[in-house]
This record gives sequence, C-alpha cells and structure tokens, in this order.
Amino acid sequence: MRGAHSLARNDRDAARPAFDVEKVRADFPILRVMAHGKPLVYLDNAATSQNPRQVIEAESNYYATSNSNVHRGIHYLSERATSAFEASRDKARDFLHARDRAEVIFVRGTTEAINLVANSFVRPGLRAGDEVLISTMEHHSNIVPWQLACEATGAKLRVVPINEAGEIILSEFERLLGPRTRFVSLVHVSNALGTVNPVKQMIAMAHAQGVPVLLDGAQAAPHVVLDVQDLGCDFYAFSGHKAYAPTGIGILYGRREHLEKMPPYQGGGDMIRSVSFEKTTYNDLPHRFEAGTPNVGGAVGLGAAIDYMNEIGREAVEKHEAGLLAYATEKLSAVPKLRIVGTAKHKVAVVSFLIDSIHPHDMGTILDLEGIAIRAGHHCTQPLMQRFGIAATARASFGCYNTKEEIDALVAGLDKVLEVFA
Amino acid sequence: MSDLRDLYQEVILDHSKHPKNFRCLADPSRKAEGYNPLCGDRITLYLKMDDGVIRDIGFQGSGCAISKASASMMTAALKGKSADEARAFFERFHRMITSDPADAIDADDLGKLTVFSGVREFPVRVKCASLAWHTLRSALQGGPEEVSTE
Repeated sequence: MRGAHSLARNDRDAARPAFDVEKVRADFPILRVMAHGKPLVYLDNAATSQNPRQVIEAESNYYATSNSNVHRGIHYLSERATSAFEASRDKARDFLHARDRAEVIFVRGTTEAINLVANSFVRPGLRAGDEVLISTMEHHSNIVPWQLACEATGAKLRVVPINEAGEIILSEFERLLGPRTRFVSLVHVSNALGTVNPVKQMIAMAHAQGVPVLLDGAQAAPHVVLDVQDLGCDFYAFSGHKAYAPTGIGILYGRREHLEKMPPYQGGGDMIRSVSFEKTTYNDLPHRFEAGTPNVGGAVGLGAAIDYMNEIGREAVEKHEAGLLAYATEKLSAVPKLRIVGTAKHKVAVVSFLIDSIHPHDMGTILDLEGIAIRAGHHCTQPLMQRFGIAATARASFGCYNTKEEIDALVAGLDKVLEVFA
Repeated sequence: MSDLRDLYQEVILDHSKHPKNFRCLADPSRKAEGYNPLCGDRITLYLKMDDGVIRDIGFQGSGCAISKASASMMTAALKGKSADEARAFFERFHRMITSDPADAIDADDLGKLTVFSGVREFPVRVKCASLAWHTLRSALQGGPEEVSTE
C-alpha cells in the first residue's frame, strides 16, 4: 500500500520539469519589494512564509466570484462557496494523507488546533497526578494550553530534555513515559533550531504505553512530506501562513475514533444539527468542531497553496532546501565568532546563530537596513532559550524561493554587523 | 531611510561595550527591575538617594547595544541630580525618541543623551532605548518590583 503510494508520487515527480528557483521566485510578487532601497532578502519563513500569486489570485477570485456563507444558503453563490471550501478540505486531506475527510478540521491555525485538543480531548479526562508530556523545544503555543489544562485539573506537565545539539534525548522520553502519562504533545520540527524530531519512533513508543500523541506541525508542513497514517499520530496541527497560504487558517487532523468521542470545543452555528432551548444535537464530523462562519477565503487560499506546493514538487523543494541548509551552515560557520545554535543531525533549513556578544536585535536592525529580513529574539521558545543559557538568537529560515545568492547577501550583511561592532 | 550611523553612533557603541556604572550597589535605597518581553532584555537599577538627590546609581542586566548604552548614559547623566530633575529628564528623553522623524529634533538640554535622537527613525528600537528610563521612573516611584515595556 505504502509502496504503491510512493511510486505514484515518484511518477508525478518524473513527469514534472526540474525545479527552477527563478521560476518559483517569479510567482511571489512580494519578492520584488525593495526594502530600505535594497532588494528584499526574505529569510523569516519560519515566522510567516510569503504567498505565491496563485494563492493571492485564488483568494481574490473567491471574493470576486463566490463569496457567500457556507453550508446553509440555497442560492448559487452559497453553493459555489461551499464547494470551494470543501474542495480545500479534500486537498488538505490529500496533503496529510489522512484516511477520511471527516478527520480534517479547519481552524485559525496551529495554536487553535492545540487548544481544541487540550480542551476537548485531554482536559476532560485529566485527574490530579496525571501527566502531560512535552519537550524542551516546544513553541509557547504547545506549552501554555497544557499548563492551563494541568492547572485546572491538578495534573503535571513533564518536559523531555534535549542534548546540546538540540535533539530530544530518547532514553529520557522513554523514562518519562510512565503510568500517569495521559498525553504527549510534540513539535514535529523545531521553529527555533530546525531540528526534525524522530516523531514516528516516538509515537510508537507512546502508543506502546497506550498514550495518544499530538504533533505540532507548524514548521514541518511547508518543508516535510506528511503522511499522518504512516506517522501514526492521533492529532496533527499546522498553520496555513507558514505554508505559503494566508494567515488565519489552519488544519487540525484528528483520528476519527477520537473526534467522535470529543465534546464540541466551541458552540455556535454550523456545528449543530438542531437547537432547542431544551436540547441541542450536534452536527457530524468535521463540522461539529467548526462553530461559526469559517474563514472561507483563507481555506480557499490554503487549498491553492497546497496545489502550488504539489505543483512545484514537494520532494524537489525538500532537496532544494537541504541544499540551502548545507550552504548556509557552511558559509555562516565561516563568519568570525559565529556560533550556530541547533546542530541536530536531521534539520530543516533553519539556522539560529549568535555572534560573539552582539545582541541579535542589533544584528536584525543592521541586516534590515540591507534589505535582509531575519528574526531576532526568543522565537516564542523562552524555555528553550533558557536551556541554552541565552536570551535570544538571530534566525535565518528558508523557503522554496530562497537562493544561495541570498545566503551570500546575509553573510555580507553579517560582515557589516561585525564592522559596526568591531 | 535613515543611516545605520544615526542609530549606532560611536558614543553609543562605546557605552555598550564599556558601560558606566555597570554594578550593583551594596545598600541601595531604591531598586527596580525592567523587562522587555519582546527581546528578553533585562535590567536591574539601583539608586542611593539622600535628601531627594541621586548620590549613586548603578545597573546590571543584559540587552542589546541600544538598551545597554542608554542605561549607561542615563546613569552617567543622573548622578547628583534630584529626583524631580531625573523625572524631567525622563520626560524630555522620551519625547525626543518618540517624536516624528519629520520634525526638528527637540533635544531640550539633554546634553550627551542627544545621541539617541536617531532612535526615533527606528520605531521597533524605541523600547530598547527607553527600558532603563522606565525602570528609573519605577525606582523613583518605589512602584512595582518589575516594570515591563509592554
């Protein structure tokens, strides 16, 4: 089954023309912006990626030709809007290789998806003394919802440590998976370090103890080919805006047997079948978890982004980005006094670094004047920064449209930083 | 757009590398913590007050060049000043770094602190330059233990 599946994927790749980064760049209008009079070098993709014109046009076209409310109108536009919205759900199902479209829920983003699972799946069953397990490298959005659930129930949040390279220590994970562990919530790919965690193995380890697992895929979705059935995860969350789609739209995948048992997260329109003041019956999956009018335009944009990623080739992009990571690691390592934070064996194209005692914000400002956008700060991972004994890092994160020339521009910009702070 | 050197003037870089009064006071009469959650910059400010006058002042903490230099030059400027004079300095300094870049710089007797006028061209860095000053105001008021720029 899996073999046939990947064969089909390879066939698609074989039929596709070779990856051409200049052609990809031409699809992104924002890359023609001049920043402070210099050509924009956008290396902040881990915060938000840019939208290709195919996505911008799909969203704009939706508002120009189909805008309406979904699932309730009986008129022409409502039908068009509903079918565009539901077509995007099918695209997201394919993107995740989920079994069933009812397992694909539209949310605002990864944060909402995690909160949904924390509140509807985990919290109702948590008792004092139970444990929820996360890792040191979680984004705040995969820490705080669990702290809230633990505070409300008397459960404990346990944290799996990482090594100096920024990799989860699997023996510690195994040790912490105990009889009181009720849930594991893990980042698939670290936004601050770029580490790709061995999630398939970790899910198997958790399942061996009967513990369900959520993967925070915000950083993985644009870079790694996903297959939730192969990974075996119980839940998978990602955001559109880090995967070449607009902000305000994301996906929660949940296994049907879990979703069916979960109480609704929010009450409102669209999530009900019938309402009376005495009793309300809820709608079927996935609508039960989609209260209120959804972000239809955003969902259409996400569908177009998924089409776009498939069109340029997911494996081809992975290969291109692996080349960028290798080049950036080599060139940045050669910058005097530069230290890379996060040196895991398996990484996506994210490079966090420090130079001597120069504060990342100072680097950020100087690079900005060169037209180079990086992120400087704690990357919403303050406990991770504490683990490394630092307050912040500078981070360059790459996407499908970045080039080696842009890495050269970054290195030249860092030379300027060194000149100012000589 | 403004030039890099408007922000990172030599005197600012000097102070960031070799900050003045970068020490804790053994027996401070006032102490306050400042925190910028955006970038994680932290400062602890110590004051020794005598008869309403700042007799000694020191700071510790970590931060970017702008926040460190601002704290250093603030402490240098305020030693020997009265609490009222220090508050007036805060107001004038804050006005200067948040003024419209199109307007003429109103340094208003800020002396050496005028080097921070370039900060107004960089709105995201205003909080860096003002962290020490917000902490000072809190210390003078004997207000909450930690002030935040947010």
